[in-house]
Amino acid sequence: MRQFNYIFKRMIQMIPVLFVISLIAFFIIRLVPGDPARLMLGEKATNDAVAAIRLKYGLDRPLPIQYLKFMRGVLHFDFGNSLKFQVPVWNLIVSRLPVTLALTFLSTAISLLISIPVGYYSGTHKGGFFDRLSNIWNLTAIAMPTFWIGLMLLIFFGIVLKILPVGGIGGGFWGHLKSFILPAFTQSLMTSALLTRNIRNAVVDIISQDFVDFARSKGISEGEIKNKHILKNAMISTVTLLSMRMAYMLGGSIIIESIFALPGIGKLTIDAIFARDYTVVQAVVFIFAIVVMVINLITDVLYSILDPRVKY
Amino acid sequence: MRKKKSSHKKVTFIVGSVIVGLVVLMAVFPRIFTKYNPIDVDVMASLSPPSLKHLFGTDNYGRDIFSRVVYGARIDLMMGVLGTVVPFFIGGIAGMLAAYYSGWFDRILIGLIDIMMAFPFTILVIVIISILGNGIINVYIALWLVGWMSYAKLVRGEVLVLKNSDYIQAARVAGFSDGRILLRHLLPNVVSAAVVYAVSDIVLCMLTGASMSFLGLGVQPPTAEWGAIMNEGKSYISYAWWITVLPGLIMAVTGVGFSLLGDGLTDYLRRKGR
Repeated sequence: MRQFNYIFKRMIQMIPVLFVISLIAFFIIRLVPGDPARLMLGEKATNDAVAAIRLKYGLDRPLPIQYLKFMRGVLHFDFGNSLKFQVPVWNLIVSRLPVTLALTFLSTAISLLISIPVGYYSGTHKGGFFDRLSNIWNLTAIAMPTFWIGLMLLIFFGIVLKILPVGGIGGGFWGHLKSFILPAFTQSLMTSALLTRNIRNAVVDIISQDFVDFARSKGISEGEIKNKHILKNAMISTVTLLSMRMAYMLGGSIIIESIFALPGIGKLTIDAIFARDYTVVQAVVFIFAIVVMVINLITDVLYSILDPRVKY
Repeated sequence: MRKKKSSHKKVTFIVGSVIVGLVVLMAVFPRIFTKYNPIDVDVMASLSPPSLKHLFGTDNYGRDIFSRVVYGARIDLMMGVLGTVVPFFIGGIAGMLAAYYSGWFDRILIGLIDIMMAFPFTILVIVIISILGNGIINVYIALWLVGWMSYAKLVRGEVLVLKNSDYIQAARVAGFSDGRILLRHLLPNVVSAAVVYAVSDIVLCMLTGASMSFLGLGVQPPTAEWGAIMNEGKSYISYAWWITVLPGLIMAVTGVGFSLLGDGLTDYLRRKGR
């Protein structure tokens, strides 16, 4: 019940932020130099045709009225038609969102699978050979260009060894999974390095605290100390970092999807930007912001479960 | 044990400084490193693999990749440094004033940051560039518009803690002006955290700028820039790997150099602070 109230309160707090985000999305198309109506029709359109479009889409009306009309559409999942494809933008997004979400969640899963054991082991064996090796690797992984790593993996596994597809999305479950391996791994490199560093430092901090000694002197088993006392506490700060990284990776999908030719929202965004398809850009900005807000909400709830001291 | 650790730290710091020093040298005096002009076309030598004549091989126009990498260092380094310095000042000053005076300015600042943070970093940069148009200047503007928030948040947090500390209270009681307290008493104590962040931010800005060129949004051909070179080489990746592999390698090494330098600097500032 307490959790439910908290979620409700947080959702109320999201309303003003959503309002401003909608304003930003609304103005994107109007900030671009040039007349949106002419943008829709192309450079060669006659003045009459442009005037007709202006009337049809209400572009001649005052801005507040235009905004209300835009918002009424958004609430009905109607973001207008894509200027390039002439199909509803919402349909484009619905067909591509699963790819981007799958990529983001898979990258997150890989990052956690690597960073939890490595970070924990480094933290408990501070200063050892493995710890130093992991520190150097983390520094390196954070500083390397993602798009280059992606290309290197593509050359090695796709072109030299020919064991993974070089791009696109395969058929069936295994085909899908195979085409996600390289992109997700590339995407997870930087995140797993940052998370490993965070978990390692947290573990180093926690181990030296009194409550761990106390738990040990009470005769609690090492396994339980590891899971309940050390790891759980180390995850508290990690959860916040993870949510920031998930938001970052969502944006990073633009680069990853264009390297591996994955038909997701990221690829849609970059194609829309090149085609000056601003209705799509507008909608994508909106959707990305909402997904980030949902991720942040889930994080806050998770945080409150992990750390019972948090009061709402 | 302690000595061993500090010497190990020293080595990484030196390695980092040497790498960054070399890249700076490339950016300032490219002629020392190569005799080729980065945009000279030589169709006869097109797509030749790395050799003694062309260390990193050539691209489809027969341009020497190594000289393109050397001349590109200037732009990439500038993106990293300028992309960091401007937000450092804007964000730092905004964060300090907001925390020190609180009130409406602080509320607006925090509100603005909350909203901007709702957008993924890369999306924000790309959308800003798409509105402003392609080109290096617009990459800078996008990096500035997005980058200042981290500094504002960081410095604001530090000032909020220090503001109520005894020595600042004492300075107030002594009748020092706000300007003097901000500059002489608060600034020196909050600046080191921002500096440490800035060193890692250089890498982030450099990588972001290069990614934009890689996507075709930033630096436009025929200008030599690391991301742009790799973008041009992308189509030849299956038979002329050197166009993408080698410039990326230089970029990765540069990034690691800054990382090591930043790591050493963090350590130094932490010891000094103790």
